[in-house]
Amino acid sequence: MDQTSTSTAALKPKDYKSDTKPVWCPGCGDFSVLSAFTKAMAAMQLDPERVVVISGIGCSSRIPAYLNVYGFHAVHGRALPVGIGLKITRPDLTVMVAGGDGDGFSIGGNHFMQACRRNVDMTYVVMDNQVYGMTKGQASPTTEPDWERGKLTPHGTRINPFYPLVIALASGANFIARASSNDPNGAARVITEAVQHPGFSFVQILSPCITFRPEQRDWKKIVHPAPVVATADPAVAARRLMTDDNFFIGTLFKGERVPFTPEFEPRAESAHELETAFRMSA
Amino acid sequence: MKTINTCAEFLAYALAIEEEATERYTVFAEQMETTNNPEVAALFREMARLESEHAHRLEVAAEGESLPAIDPWELDFGDEDPPEAVDYSATHYLMTPYQALTLVLKAEQRAVDFFQRVAEGNGNDDMKQLAAEYAAEEREHVEKVAKWRNRYPPPDDNWDDDPDPPNELE
Amino acid sequence: MEEHKDRASSSISIALIGSGGAGVMTAGSMLLEAAGRAGLFGIMTRSAGPQIRGGEAAAMLRLATFPVESHDNEFDILLAIDWLNADRFRAEIPLGTQSLIIGETDAEPPQAFTDSGARTLELPLKQIARETDGGRENMVVLGVVCSLIGLPLEPLHQVLESLLKRKGQAAIDSSVACVDSGAAHTGKHQGSYQLSLSSEKQCDLWNISGNEAAGLGAIRGGVRFVAAYPITPATELLEWMAPALEQVGGILVQAEDELASVNQLIGASFGGTPSLTATSGPGLALMTESIGLAVASETPIVVVDVMRGGPSTGIPTKSEQSDLNIAIYGLHGDAPHLVLAPMSVADCLFTTQWAIHLAEKLQTAAIVLSDQNLGQTRAIIERPADVAFVSGRSIQETPMEGYQRYAVGGNGVSPMALPGTAGCQYTADGLEHAPSGIPSSRAEDHRQQLDKRRDKLVNHDYGDHWALIEGEGEFAVITWGSSLAPVREARAMLLSDGIDIRIIAPRLLLPVQPERMQQALAGVTGALVVEQSHGAQFFHYLQAFYPQKFEFMSMAQPGPLPIRPEQVVADIKTRGKY
Ligand SMILES: Cc1ncc(C[n+]2csc(CCOP(=O)(O)OP(=O)(O)O)c2C)c(N)n1
Ligand code: SF4
Repeated sequence: MDQTSTSTAALKPKDYKSDTKPVWCPGCGDFSVLSAFTKAMAAMQLDPERVVVISGIGCSSRIPAYLNVYGFHAVHGRALPVGIGLKITRPDLTVMVAGGDGDGFSIGGNHFMQACRRNVDMTYVVMDNQVYGMTKGQASPTTEPDWERGKLTPHGTRINPFYPLVIALASGANFIARASSNDPNGAARVITEAVQHPGFSFVQILSPCITFRPEQRDWKKIVHPAPVVATADPAVAARRLMTDDNFFIGTLFKGERVPFTPEFEPRAESAHELETAFRMSA
Repeated sequence: MKTINTCAEFLAYALAIEEEATERYTVFAEQMETTNNPEVAALFREMARLESEHAHRLEVAAEGESLPAIDPWELDFGDEDPPEAVDYSATHYLMTPYQALTLVLKAEQRAVDFFQRVAEGNGNDDMKQLAAEYAAEEREHVEKVAKWRNRYPPPDDNWDDDPDPPNELE
Repeated sequence: MEEHKDRASSSISIALIGSGGAGVMTAGSMLLEAAGRAGLFGIMTRSAGPQIRGGEAAAMLRLATFPVESHDNEFDILLAIDWLNADRFRAEIPLGTQSLIIGETDAEPPQAFTDSGARTLELPLKQIARETDGGRENMVVLGVVCSLIGLPLEPLHQVLESLLKRKGQAAIDSSVACVDSGAAHTGKHQGSYQLSLSSEKQCDLWNISGNEAAGLGAIRGGVRFVAAYPITPATELLEWMAPALEQVGGILVQAEDELASVNQLIGASFGGTPSLTATSGPGLALMTESIGLAVASETPIVVVDVMRGGPSTGIPTKSEQSDLNIAIYGLHGDAPHLVLAPMSVADCLFTTQWAIHLAEKLQTAAIVLSDQNLGQTRAIIERPADVAFVSGRSIQETPMEGYQRYAVGGNGVSPMALPGTAGCQYTADGLEHAPSGIPSSRAEDHRQQLDKRRDKLVNHDYGDHWALIEGEGEFAVITWGSSLAPVREARAMLLSDGIDIRIIAPRLLLPVQPERMQQALAGVTGALVVEQSHGAQFFHYLQAFYPQKFEFMSMAQPGPLPIRPEQVVADIKTRGKY
């Protein structure tokens, strides 16, 4: 607890909310994640106009318009490249990407791996509900193989689920954590840490879809804090993941991998200098 | 649960609690407005109004005091959810006023319990006095909400039946 | 014979063939550079077998006293270091009775070439090379060609000196020696294909490829961010841009795929940086969903498609104008955007720069349809004029109460607030939206935004740059892109028969310009549509968007063979009833 007094000019979480009302189902975990975003931004006192939240398509991907920051609601699966292009050219901004498990791990799966590898200084928050909410409840990459209520997979997917934390660690993400929408304050803390950590930060937030996976309301009882502090050693993190039951909450990995920060120092006086290479000397 | 010692600390906690409650009731009211459940929406609006009044009164009380800045996750309530805050996953678009008020009642009761615990805890006397006042006030809330709830019938078994499937949007 | 001599004195076509290791491409590039230094214009294209290394290769050059943009009807000189698999180039290297085939002593030229009736000459290339320490046949060949066309050796010596500098003086000396002895071995053939060299100093000449020109146009237009995935034949554009961008404070990012590259552009452009990518058909196909996002979210981006033979992987190393349909119609929904096409190597610079200007100004996506032929042709051209087109995006720079990113009204272009501008926060959206940017599926909003995105493009005044229009006649040839060059050459041939035709080549393919086209076609009674596509894509496009009282006639030929001027002449003569 720090003892500075709250200045009246300080931005409150609600100052980061826009006037647009979410279309989500009452009870959806994403409401809590939205709250966590605003709390994290307030905790960091970010200038709303210097924050950009970018998303793909899905229920969760609707989040940018609900925030009073700059936003980009892009196409399904492609939010990460939009964020990378922006952050590389505008390193002055705080860039956050948000979306669902289908958006990030299925159609956008390769971008997820490549974004971890590239390690651009930005934060990626996936609201994982192990289902495609927006398209009425099909199985997603993180769905259990024996879940039989997806209409396109009536016998279950019968294929291995995707383990986002494992992939993130193996691919080079520099910060890896899991949070739960049941605890928006805890999620806010993880998001704050993620934004403050250099490089590509990945946060999986377990966020129930109460419409297509009502049983996920029980996640509240299942999640449990990881009794360890974050490690900077990928090998240690990997070992911990081997015993992960997918419901540990906490920060797993805070690495020292060097972020991708290309230089922008003009070297030629003007574009005209480039012509000299083509000029014929008679 | 960590101990609260001073009035300033207590006020900071109380303010955080009331702001959180205001925020959630506002979100729930908006949810119900969006999903065309005006009766429950109005009810949550009323709760949000009450809580924001509380928060405002606290702000006035704290004027001139230097309150500690506490990040939300530093708030320690012993149990997970902030007292007086209904869980985000608890609402439903077809919920009845009775159900809504049941949630409210539980949250208000948790607030009573929290303030009571603080009042009986180890802090300085002024602070404990303040906490006791808040506990009493919250108790009034509980009674009021309980009465309010009595005006509504409990839901029947089929309260969440919806013959139509959910919409797909994108 | 006389006629041949006349033509030859102003333009000479040379093909160099050899298999892997022979160095014909290097020799060709050196010859082009030397010709440029001697004040000649020229082009060089290349063709190769499918092998990664060691395959047969051909460097095809045309050197001329006037600016040239395409190959001639025939090659004057075919020179082979060896004939292994050389007959694969038969169709690309047409010969005539006045042509000269030169090969190694005792190595029979393939019948595919000799059937043309061309004369043959045998030279002991290997032996000449062996006489010099470290000598190479490709250098001997250079000397031979210089002697035949009367190109002084001095500029070639200079080229060798500058290009071989890092290999050391011995390499330079032996190359110079080979060139000189090659030149001394042509005997009576010396000067038999003499080019008339003017002694006056030519204007400012450049040696540049279409891909490089497009890259330079991009940078001149203000592009400072490129994200791309390598693909033939666009890779060289990217390879040129990577270091060039660094010099002007920009950056090129090699992305994981085309889906990523186009979306990175959208992100960078959202932040205010003019952005471009280059790709070819398969990449463009992958990008189309997000090009639609750029259109809907009104985020300017430019995609250069260096077209190759399709569909699917098709013929990656050869040209075809068959991505017109996907560029025009390939976006889902009603997605008005810009499609532009350069029509010469030099025009790659202008058109790319113009595309950036337009995309930025109109806040939309532009597709630039270059092709392998333009992109990979290396040419000696006059220095392209400077044009004043720079990005010029309309920006909301100051905080504004009730800012609406997609406000309607005016010319349809609404100022864009960049992140960092306080008080203007909004969410850009590919979902249909209200003027504020908030998603909306209401009919009025959809209609309004569709109108906005269309009108801002349609109402813009594109000026005379929209097309190249040449000639008078009542018979028109309508063509586009790299097909323009043979059509212009055909017109020159017809003019010498006293026939004039009107050429119309739109540089701006979308939005269409019906009034301007009508004006261009005034008095025309028949039109031939010339294009390099099997499906006659351009012909159908013209019929759909520019219907006329007369019927369009179609001359549509698929790649990889280039369209030859004499084909066009023959077609015009029959169809135009001359
Ligand atoms: C290219 C493309 N394919 C399919 C869709 C349909 N679609 C929209 S959202 C979605 C899945 C969303 O699932 P997830 O990312 O997990 O988000 P959630 O809705 O669960 O939050 C799909 C398949 C689309 N919009 N675009
Ligand atoms: S469908 Fe599921 S994920 Fe979508 S808003 Fe409703 S509860 Fe949330």
